Amino acid sequence: MKQNLQVLNSLFRFYNEGFRNMSAWGRKVWIIIIIKLFIMFAILKLFFFPDFLQEKYDSDKQRSEYVLDQLTNSPYNHD
Amino acid sequence: MIENVDLTLVDWSRAQFALTAIYHWLFVPLTLGLSFILAIMETIYVKTGNKEWKRVTRFWMTLFGINFAIGVATGIILEFEFGTNWSNYSWFVGDIFGAPLAVEGILAFFLESTFVAVMFFGWNKVSKKFHLTSTWLVAIGANLSALWILVANAWMQNPVGMTFNPETARNEMVNFWAVLFNQVAVDKFLHTISSSFLLGSMFVLGISSWFLIRKREELMARRSILIAGIFGLLSSLMVSYTGDASARTISNVQPVKFASMEALFEGKSNAGLVAFGILKDTDKKIGERVVKEFAFKIEIPGLLSVLSGGANDAYVEGIADHISGNEKKGIMSVPEKMQRGQFAKNVLTDYKRARIINDNEELESIKGIFRDKEFQDSYFRYFGYAFINKPEDVIPKVPVTFYSFHLMVILGFLFIMIFAMALYFLFKGTISENRWFLWIALLSIPLPYIASELGWILTEMGRQPWIIQDMMPVSIAVSQISSGSVITTFILFAVLFTVLLISEISIMVKQIKTGPKQ
Repeated sequence: MKQNLQVLNSLFRFYNEGFRNMSAWGRKVWIIIIIKLFIMFAILKLFFFPDFLQEKYDSDKQRSEYVLDQLTNSPYNHD
Repeated sequence: MIENVDLTLVDWSRAQFALTAIYHWLFVPLTLGLSFILAIMETIYVKTGNKEWKRVTRFWMTLFGINFAIGVATGIILEFEFGTNWSNYSWFVGDIFGAPLAVEGILAFFLESTFVAVMFFGWNKVSKKFHLTSTWLVAIGANLSALWILVANAWMQNPVGMTFNPETARNEMVNFWAVLFNQVAVDKFLHTISSSFLLGSMFVLGISSWFLIRKREELMARRSILIAGIFGLLSSLMVSYTGDASARTISNVQPVKFASMEALFEGKSNAGLVAFGILKDTDKKIGERVVKEFAFKIEIPGLLSVLSGGANDAYVEGIADHISGNEKKGIMSVPEKMQRGQFAKNVLTDYKRARIINDNEELESIKGIFRDKEFQDSYFRYFGYAFINKPEDVIPKVPVTFYSFHLMVILGFLFIMIFAMALYFLFKGTISENRWFLWIALLSIPLPYIASELGWILTEMGRQPWIIQDMMPVSIAVSQISSGSVITTFILFAVLFTVLLISEISIMVKQIKTGPKQ
């Protein structure tokens, strides 16, 4: 148990020191990563990219029925 | 309803996916290629103990870090699009796409949170050997991570190892190994990683050339050119070898794409390999599609027959053979495939009807049909043809396919020459004096990116109209959402990715100008 805690502690210090001693480009890049992930997950995914089938139907059975409908209805001809 | 799908929605959804995939692929190959170059450089440092090699490694590691960080997670957007824009497709592919992507996700997470951190934070904190191991694991892990995405893509080009279950309306994996060792996946993986190694090498060669032009960091530049030259030359040879293997596989599993790559409308024996050509329209037509011919071409007689059939007089199938069929060559016509696809669709429609009226006997009987290998292989395999209106609709845009393929090949040969010349001048000790060559190397940095993107354009445009070869056309795969929302997100992505790209280039240029730490 004590040994595990020591490992965790040294891991924490490794990452902590790494982030604290990061170079200027490293800091800049981290800011970009955080902004990018925020835009992707908090804006794009949330407001623009709902999962179509998950949102429209409650169960897999309904989803499969919907897709089956899509696959068996009148053909759409590709141009 | 599918009959209400408008082409604007299909086209915008395709354009959006193409945009995000093209941008994503601007970041990925440098990560794949540069990671191995770093590992080689660090290995030399650990073996020799020479501090200059450590300095060289750390400089390129900085550029690797910038590219890795800006590019990380850009591929997740493609997954968003699958769920929103391509829901029919996502459902239809079932766990075949899910399993490889899950493996990739887990691999990427562990790789990024552990070994990349050791690479950047671990200098002087962990042992030299542990650090080196981490660098190698990042290189191997990043490339293995790409494997799973390519396996999923290869399945779309050549669907194998699955069976369609009408109950769930999904394809279910029945043979993981068939999916993993799909010939298209093997070829695609080897071709993609070798082209990424080449790209990473050209990046190192070009930037090192800039240092030599500026008469700065000459020792570092020469050492970098040595590694990039050798690694780049071997990679570019491997690219041409794996490219040839890929083309052979395409001729078997996507013959219409292969014939389009060569703009071969009529099949023939003693077919020449067109090294370069300009296409023009003719009066002839296949259905309503205008047949193209060469206004100008440089051709090596008989070579296409030799490469594809192993003999000068080997018959190379043309587009017309695959549209009208060729009994002598055992090629099924598109109308025949359309009939088989329609039959499979009728069986599926019967299944749906039986489900609505709860006719259990009929349901069990139809499930039995779907369990029959003959039905899956000879009828459901052509399910997508039920949605094809005219046989000529299965012909991709020939000029796009032909030019993207040929330009990529021409660039491939140019890269072999550039790396060979770099090594020649380096070993002769005259690389710094040949400033014209240094400029060529510097200006060549974008070329492998162009070649790599052309490869993907060929892969994806060449298999149209299919999203899953023969089984599902793109028009059926798309979700019933408003095209307005797709246009909005297209613009958002274009802005986001452009900002990311500009950020990457500006941070990278600044770091290059700063040069390695003393």
